Amino acid sequence: MPNEDFVTIQVMERSARVPASLTIVKALEYAGYKLTRGVGCRAGFCGACGTVFRLKGDPKLNYALACQTVVQDGMYLAQIPFFPGQKPAYDVTKLTADAQSILGIYEETIKCFGCNTCTKSCPQELEVMDYVSAALRGDIAALADLSFDCIMCGLCVARCPAELVPPHIALLGRRLYGREVQPKAPDLQARIAELDAGKYQDEIAELKAMPAEELKQKYITRDIEPV
Amino acid sequence: MSYTAAMRESIAKVEATREARLPETYPSLEHDEAQEVLRRFHPDYIEERMRELRIGRNKGSRAPVELAEVLEGAPALTRDLVDLERVDLETDVLVVGGGGAGASAALLAQENGAQVALVTKLRFGDANTMMAQGGIQAADKPSDSPAIHYLDVMGGGHFTNVPELVEVLVMDATYVIRWLEELGCMFNKRPDGVMETIHGGGTSRKRMHYARDYSGAEIMRTLRDEVRCRPEIQVLQFSPVVELLTDGEGRVTGAVLRSFESNEYLVVRAKAVILATGGSGQLQYQGFPCTNHYGATADGLVLGYRVGAELSFLDTMQYHPTGAAYPEQIVGQLVTEKVRGLGAQLCNVDGVQFTYPLEPRDIEAAAVIRECTERGKGIPTPAGGVGVWLDSPLIELKHGEGTIARELPAMVRQFARFGIDITREPMLIYPTLHFQNGGLSIGVNGETAVQGLYVAGEVAGGVHGRNRLMGNSLLEITVFGRRAGRAAAAYAAGVELGAISLEHVEAWTAERAEAGLDGGLVAPILLPDYTRHDRLPLATPVV
Repeated sequence: MPNEDFVTIQVMERSARVPASLTIVKALEYAGYKLTRGVGCRAGFCGACGTVFRLKGDPKLNYALACQTVVQDGMYLAQIPFFPGQKPAYDVTKLTADAQSILGIYEETIKCFGCNTCTKSCPQELEVMDYVSAALRGDIAALADLSFDCIMCGLCVARCPAELVPPHIALLGRRLYGREVQPKAPDLQARIAELDAGKYQDEIAELKAMPAEELKQKYITRDIEPV
Repeated sequence: MSYTAAMRESIAKVEATREARLPETYPSLEHDEAQEVLRRFHPDYIEERMRELRIGRNKGSRAPVELAEVLEGAPALTRDLVDLERVDLETDVLVVGGGGAGASAALLAQENGAQVALVTKLRFGDANTMMAQGGIQAADKPSDSPAIHYLDVMGGGHFTNVPELVEVLVMDATYVIRWLEELGCMFNKRPDGVMETIHGGGTSRKRMHYARDYSGAEIMRTLRDEVRCRPEIQVLQFSPVVELLTDGEGRVTGAVLRSFESNEYLVVRAKAVILATGGSGQLQYQGFPCTNHYGATADGLVLGYRVGAELSFLDTMQYHPTGAAYPEQIVGQLVTEKVRGLGAQLCNVDGVQFTYPLEPRDIEAAAVIRECTERGKGIPTPAGGVGVWLDSPLIELKHGEGTIARELPAMVRQFARFGIDITREPMLIYPTLHFQNGGLSIGVNGETAVQGLYVAGEVAGGVHGRNRLMGNSLLEITVFGRRAGRAAAAYAAGVELGAISLEHVEAWTAERAEAGLDGGLVAPILLPDYTRHDRLPLATPVV
């Protein structure tokens, strides 16, 4: 595009003129940096590219995913390579779905004083403080639901003045919810009983042995469950 | 950044036909007709974008030119660059790759008594697994059976799949879902615990289990957490494997890693190696954008091929029918098939539906390409691209207001970031490179013809034949990751650590020279290079 607009951004403590339409990741590459840290799926799912930036003349810190945010003129940015939040080992099968389990592993959760900085720093726009509150009162269902779209970028961890690690608290909560609160799927148990008894083995063997043309006909004429 | 005026005119036509289309089911293509559309419009069939491999075990096999270049590539490592006497790590099982297959393999190898190290090129969990949105197939509903699943998989792959691999895929599926449930994966369930399941392209039963539209992310973060809960599994990040090591007699006995941070080479001796390195979408096949992770550069194919493992189905790539075509910032990124699974239809510039929305992916992609090329019914984009409409608002009409927000939060967020509300407006889509159908040939436990080398996940070939169905990759990585982990642990229990050498690398270099392949790419390439190489003028600091 010949007449493309350019903006000036400050990256790696050096400024660069880059096309205004680029995302931060692509702008970094345009400026010559081949990234290993601070880049991942490039589609907003992996949480590798948490970015903190200011705009010229404005003291406010902003938070973004570098792969999902377009550059702005005067953007002064830093990629957060990782954040050393704690992640203890635990045996999820020995835990119950309650506040005690979470506080037993992440005891600092109790230090949350409700400043809401975590929520303000979330690039997924999740109600982070609300899910931390849910963890504290043992509402595992709310914790799991509110935190579900967390991509674990760690920006809230970097900002929390009480030194909580909300993504790990949330992950533990979701695992407890998935294991202990959601009822087990009855169909799975029934099908596994059949499989353990050897059901379907003969049917599959028959399909494997079927002449190609017959298998194709069987496929073409199979009944399809309505959408 | 919302839609242009010209796009809005076309959207008005989509809106005008919406009510009438709602109850319609566009007929799927008859078998012969589908084959014809594939032959004429699918990128796999463009002869000049394929060539024969000139060296290695598959010499003479066809592969995309981009893949052939890396498979024939020059080794980065020579004997003088690394001291094999200085061993940095010894382990029973070395898992290469930190996606879903690698994590599954590490867990099962550890459970089966092996000492395990997992090494990964970028962060643990940064993988295509994390990006899979739609779901995971398993035939566990009363109306379904593994045999019906088997038939769907074989038909989707045009009956080219390796039957034994399909058999274990469908027979293990229910066990895998239960395993994930016990690990605490939060699948969408009804209040009574029954899994919510929907269709995917080419499925004859609703067997797609999902976790909103973060299905892969939910599986990945759970598996990653479980690995981190077992400190006996050693995890080494930002350390890609640049070469496997062999004992000089054809057995794989370790690997050399390169630390991205320090540029040191690290030597690992292992009784067994499991390659779980994923795909190759970042090779930018035929200039297509891709849905893949930054690290999807065919590393495992290169490493395995160099030690003599066989490759299969190299000449078939999966182009996902619905990649974002607009706005520019997200071109090529995945628009999950779940959107069509929930009832969205595909419409052309005139607002007319032109294909059955749940064809297998290769046929659907070819139908979209036909609409935009031969039929000229696509919608042009300002950046010179083209696409057709995926009419998402239909989902709200079909299943009620709020369905999209509940079922597709990632998609809503992705488009909202650029000013598009997919609950009210359709998405512009075009096929995007999504998956490597082929790969290293495996047996039912991920074993290869090379002793000590196991393979699991997208880097393997044969399970899907020439076309994978939606929801069978999350299934493949867990089924075969678990199998390879178990098998590698059993193998490791019966052997001693072997001698380590780069003899196969020297043989490879000699074979390249003999074939006249001087120069060429250094492979594995590890990361794509998107940097601009001409130097920019210094700009005035902004602060």
